[in-house]
Amino acid sequence: MGCANRLSVNNITKTYPGVRALDDVSIGFRKAEVHALVGENGAGKSTLTKILTGAIEPDSGEIVLGNDVRKSFTPHHALEAQIAAIYQEFNLVPFLTVAENVFLGKEMRSGPFLQSRRMNAETSRLLATLGVELDPATLVMELPVAYQQIVEIVKALANDIRILIMDEPSAALTTREIKLLFRLVKTLKEKGVTIIYVSHKMSEVFELADRITVLRDGKFVSTLDADKTDRSELVRLMVGRELGQVYPPKQIPGEDVLLEVKKLRTPALPHEISFTLRKGEILGLAGLVGAGRTEIVRAIFGADPVESGEILVEGRRIHVTNPGGAAANGIGLVPEDRKRHGILSRMSVRENISFSTLRNLSRFSFINDKEEKKTTASFKEQLNIKVSSLETAVGNLSGGNQQKVVLAKWLATRCRILLLDEPTRGIDVGAKQEIYKIATRLASEGTGIIFISSELPELLGLADRILVIRAREITGSFQKGQATQETLLHLAMGK
Amino acid sequence: MLSRLSKHLDQAGILVVLVVLIVFFSLADSNFCRSENLINIVRQISMLGISAVGMTFVILTAGIDLSVGSLMKLINVACALMMVEMGLHPVLAIVLSLVLACFIGMINGLIITMARIPPLITTLGMMIALRGLAYVICDGTPIWGLPEEFRVLGQGYIGIVPVPVIIMLLTFALGWVFLNKTTFGRYIYGIGGNEEATRLSGINVTRMKCLVYILSGLLTGIAAVIMLSRQNSGQPKLADGFELSVITAVVLGGVSIFGGQGRLMGVFLGVLIMGVLSNGLIILDVSEYYQQIIRGMVLLGAVAFDNLSTNTGK
Repeated sequence: MGCANRLSVNNITKTYPGVRALDDVSIGFRKAEVHALVGENGAGKSTLTKILTGAIEPDSGEIVLGNDVRKSFTPHHALEAQIAAIYQEFNLVPFLTVAENVFLGKEMRSGPFLQSRRMNAETSRLLATLGVELDPATLVMELPVAYQQIVEIVKALANDIRILIMDEPSAALTTREIKLLFRLVKTLKEKGVTIIYVSHKMSEVFELADRITVLRDGKFVSTLDADKTDRSELVRLMVGRELGQVYPPKQIPGEDVLLEVKKLRTPALPHEISFTLRKGEILGLAGLVGAGRTEIVRAIFGADPVESGEILVEGRRIHVTNPGGAAANGIGLVPEDRKRHGILSRMSVRENISFSTLRNLSRFSFINDKEEKKTTASFKEQLNIKVSSLETAVGNLSGGNQQKVVLAKWLATRCRILLLDEPTRGIDVGAKQEIYKIATRLASEGTGIIFISSELPELLGLADRILVIRAREITGSFQKGQATQETLLHLAMGK
Repeated sequence: MLSRLSKHLDQAGILVVLVVLIVFFSLADSNFCRSENLINIVRQISMLGISAVGMTFVILTAGIDLSVGSLMKLINVACALMMVEMGLHPVLAIVLSLVLACFIGMINGLIITMARIPPLITTLGMMIALRGLAYVICDGTPIWGLPEEFRVLGQGYIGIVPVPVIIMLLTFALGWVFLNKTTFGRYIYGIGGNEEATRLSGINVTRMKCLVYILSGLLTGIAAVIMLSRQNSGQPKLADGFELSVITAVVLGGVSIFGGQGRLMGVFLGVLIMGVLSNGLIILDVSEYYQQIIRGMVLLGAVAFDNLSTNTGK
């Protein structure tokens, strides 16, 4: 196409024990382009980004920077080449100010003394080039997530970066913050920076990317111009097969009320919340991040204290003061933050799945090993958890499989009410679809499901009913087919 | 075979350190590997070992128990007083002492879970207070005149094996079953690995945490009673720095100070290293001051060696 590549990888292969993470992959990245990397979990995206930052070394292949061909590439080389990466977890010191973080390790000094004023001024200047107003003397811990991300970007800018890798940068952001992020990405591109953008979200990829590279099972599939492809082609390339119907057909729930929440109030929910969940119903909760959806399910689950109000399960009032009590009443929660609240990453698949059911799998507290293996193996089979052994540590699994393990843990308890908080966040298309199938199947067996999601199409496709939450209040309720993305979004944002 | 063994231990490094120490001391002085001396070593470490089992539970939950040294003093003196001053039958005195030890462990657990004071601070406070209490109840003077039959516990033998050693081995065996075969053990690893995820799995974390501090108290209580029987007098001055030896043994054994990782077999090796080291240094007539320097170096060296050998394995 006439554009020289600023950075390219040629024939890169990287093997881990038992897995070929990257298999003979070659990609070119141009100056001033947003280049999206897409693919299912395990496709090799993060391995590739780690190779580009020098964090891991490829088994074979080369990295070409302009005329410079390198076989080995260390973090030091990446720094020299002005490559920086922003990960989902930030590398900021919360107790330091914005400017102190930006200049961490390369402080401006006169003699032994720090020149705070100069660093603040320079930080302000960099922020201004991005069109962001932010006091450089603010402590990072006081900033919302989106602004912390901006600090990361400014930190990269202070190094005069030419190539910026962003790994799922919007994962933790609210809708408004995502807009800010998009603007930043576009500004950076205009400044000539190459942006390698890793994302699961199709809408983002099409909004931002100039070109899109698809990886599948560690292999290069194709690099496409964003304006010459569409969503369905991309998904087909990622999955390698037609996905068929995304949302499985679902029968209409019965009339029996399974869960009734009456005038619930907690320190985090100052307005009374009341709603019902029927047997076999999937009840969607829509709303912006921070609107109070998580707080509602956590209160029902006994994870947060309740101030007033009643929770009834099948007409019987329950008094739940801790998650154990909720579990005993047949309520399960798949939490929003999978890594911090969902999985026990160092423990095995078997130990994770059986964790909430150990009491049933033991006699006088002695665990029945055989029974445990049998039960967990059957749930691994049932939920199609892709792992060679039950003894693998859950931390080594892909996001989708981790989520299925957390689900399996609750299915094993035979809970009747399942609270799913963003169950599809950060997992790939195929795994998402499997989660939809599992939810639909459970509902058809009579389980009541509360399904929180920030992806509106998901709620519209899956839920029998959708409640919209804004500012810790229920502001709308729609039966299946009544709502559109626009109406939900307007209610959620208060316009 | 060795690789399977090391896999079971989670760390081959500690085993290597132990073997190297034994070989070194055997070559340095032929008295070291005589059977009397070897039995002597395991008898010396039995109290440390018993308490280390409880400390392992605590550290696996990402906690710490600094109060075990002072608890040792207190139970030592209290048990002696019950027999000598109050004239209680030894069995009754032992039972009451262990109940007291459990009670103090429970207070640790309740303060940590209810008042939400970090374990380090809670047990630091408890350590200082219990030390004072131990001196107060005996006026700071040793208590003599323990009943004759009480000696069996610390000085008796079954066959050629000293009774304290048997109690230690039993403690490790039961501790292993507790950690690896029961729901409690699973929850302990869960809490240390990810406390919030464990709570959100419906497990009563508060109760489990109280339990580990109670067990730490109980096992230290048992060690204290054995110590009393071996010394033949109640001594508030003994066991200075005992808590640090116990923590050292557990950490040497490969238990992560951040919780969730570590095996009881490793701790057993850690305890053996402590015993071999102090006995060997005494046999070689190394002065007490140098012994301390060497012990500190061995701790750092062993943990570093273990970390490096496991990291390169990945």
